[in-house]
Amino acid sequence: MVSSGDTAEEAAHGAVEGETRRDFLMLATGAFGAFGAAAAAWPLIHQMNPAADTLAASTIEVNLEPIQPGQRVLVKWRGKPVFIVRRTKEQVKEAGAVNWSGLPDPEPDSKRTQKPEWLIVVGVCTHLGCIPSGSKPSEVKGEFGGWFCPCHGSHYDTSGRIRKGPAPKNLPVPEYKFLSDKLVKIG
Amino acid sequence: MSDSKFKNPIVAWIDYRLPVFTFMEHELHEYPTPKNLNYWWNFGSLAGIILVIMIVTGIILSMHYTPHTALAFDSVERIMRDVNYGWLIRYVHMNGASAFFIVVFIHIFRGLYFGSYKSPRELLWMLGVVILLLMMATAFLGYVLPWGQMSFWGATVITNLFSAIPIVGDTIVTLLWGGFSVDNPTLNRFFSLHFLLPFVIVGVVVLHIVALHQHGSGNPIGIDTKSPQDTIPFHPYYTIKDLFGLGVFLIFFFGFVFFAPNYLGHPDNYIEANPLVTPPHIVPEWYFLPFYAILRSFTADALIFLPFSWLMTAKLAGVLAMFASIMVLFILPWLDHSPVKSARFRPIYKQFYWLLIIDCFILGICGAKPAEAPWTYISQAATAYYFLHFLVIIPLLGFFEKTKPLPTSISEPVLKGGGGASVAAGAKPMEKA
Repeated sequence: MVSSGDTAEEAAHGAVEGETRRDFLMLATGAFGAFGAAAAAWPLIHQMNPAADTLAASTIEVNLEPIQPGQRVLVKWRGKPVFIVRRTKEQVKEAGAVNWSGLPDPEPDSKRTQKPEWLIVVGVCTHLGCIPSGSKPSEVKGEFGGWFCPCHGSHYDTSGRIRKGPAPKNLPVPEYKFLSDKLVKIG
Repeated sequence: MSDSKFKNPIVAWIDYRLPVFTFMEHELHEYPTPKNLNYWWNFGSLAGIILVIMIVTGIILSMHYTPHTALAFDSVERIMRDVNYGWLIRYVHMNGASAFFIVVFIHIFRGLYFGSYKSPRELLWMLGVVILLLMMATAFLGYVLPWGQMSFWGATVITNLFSAIPIVGDTIVTLLWGGFSVDNPTLNRFFSLHFLLPFVIVGVVVLHIVALHQHGSGNPIGIDTKSPQDTIPFHPYYTIKDLFGLGVFLIFFFGFVFFAPNYLGHPDNYIEANPLVTPPHIVPEWYFLPFYAILRSFTADALIFLPFSWLMTAKLAGVLAMFASIMVLFILPWLDHSPVKSARFRPIYKQFYWLLIIDCFILGICGAKPAEAPWTYISQAATAYYFLHFLVIIPLLGFFEKTKPLPTSISEPVLKGGGGASVAAGAKPMEKA
């Protein structure tokens, strides 16, 4: 009944007279309503983003003083592990000497550190999110002396670059800053 | 399928297999609605919308809330301070509870005035009373969750109501608590049930709407629709009217949310629950005040308790009276046997209707006051009148009231020009068909 009324209305106004005042009001009201609905929906969605206390806890400071040459430490940052390695001169030389242009994710070692001695990378395998082993001396470090992911067999080198296995990318380098020689802020 | 009433081929394809679009077309678009509904008929759909708002904000709050006695209070404060727009979502949920009751109380009193509970809508009405009971349970459970002082002591007092039951009372209370006082097990199960019950309400609301659509809406005149001339399609006429009402309501509602979010709450609930200290003045949320007054008016020396004093304790009588104040609504369709629905044609009933409203307000005020003279006497008198209204006055009116003559159709008062401007404006809706 009403749908036929709509058609009659279309015939009377739409087809014959072109756009009418009613069409304009319908569009304006609809646009206003859509804007209002979107504005009302935003808080309902945004609440799922990190809350203020979560954001406040998103940077950490790490004292590098006790870390010996060749030692690896693991710190927790934003709920994830960060590998901090004080590399020996040989390890730095070895990482720099790699012909990086042929790697799966080509990147020179110099681009991955601020100070060559300190390698800081997020310890989450870029394949499917497991934590590669190699932080403790007893753990398997893989064929390239860096890290080895036990989930699907990705090998990382001493620069945290992917060398072999299914992972597509190098271990990401987080945003960090040396506050002093022995103090670094991550995040 | 080419004869489908839906132009969109995907819609037609789906509807041929699963007639959801036919259903919506039938129940939300064509649904014939009396053409003389006034704004008091807005409150049903409004209540439905608030139910949705409560479920959406409630699910969000549960994402951030921790149901543990050591963490609950702080998790609510974290929602207020740290969660993005958490303050807004919580205040909408908090004031939404009050708004829900305001709207539902108006909806119920609309039904009382216009006789909406009468045949053939008795089950529709009774399902509504079930919804009210479920809402009260849900609101009570939800109020406990922030684990403030009022939460804790409200939970203690209300669960202790069950201790009034003879013999098994204390066993039942222990069962409800999951311990020997309101504690962590209580909070956990309250959270679980507070999450569950709204979906039970949705289920009963669906039945409520099915029952409504069986015989259609009542109307202010209270006589049946007799011809298509008496009805208009629900869409667009009442969708637009409901939307306009929603707009007005939201202005009122967000006025509270933004400018007086704690006006209806109690400051003591921002003090963390302490099982060793009871606040000096315990009051329930405003929507429970009339029932609370009925509960408290049964004291050992009260006149209204006298007829029951040989049978039970005053404590039990108070608890039973409180539940009876709602149960009496269940049997209202049979207590009121006057054949005339609308109070417009029941001059005596109309006066008693307003007295009942005043009585409910008095009970509400008494519930908020401390239990001391003169409030105890006033609430005892008001409680007595409440039951007098339903159990004596209403049945007697069915015998003795001389009702006014009813119009022969919904259109008649309109065509005579007696229905006021707003009704007259709706008198020619069929011109387009």
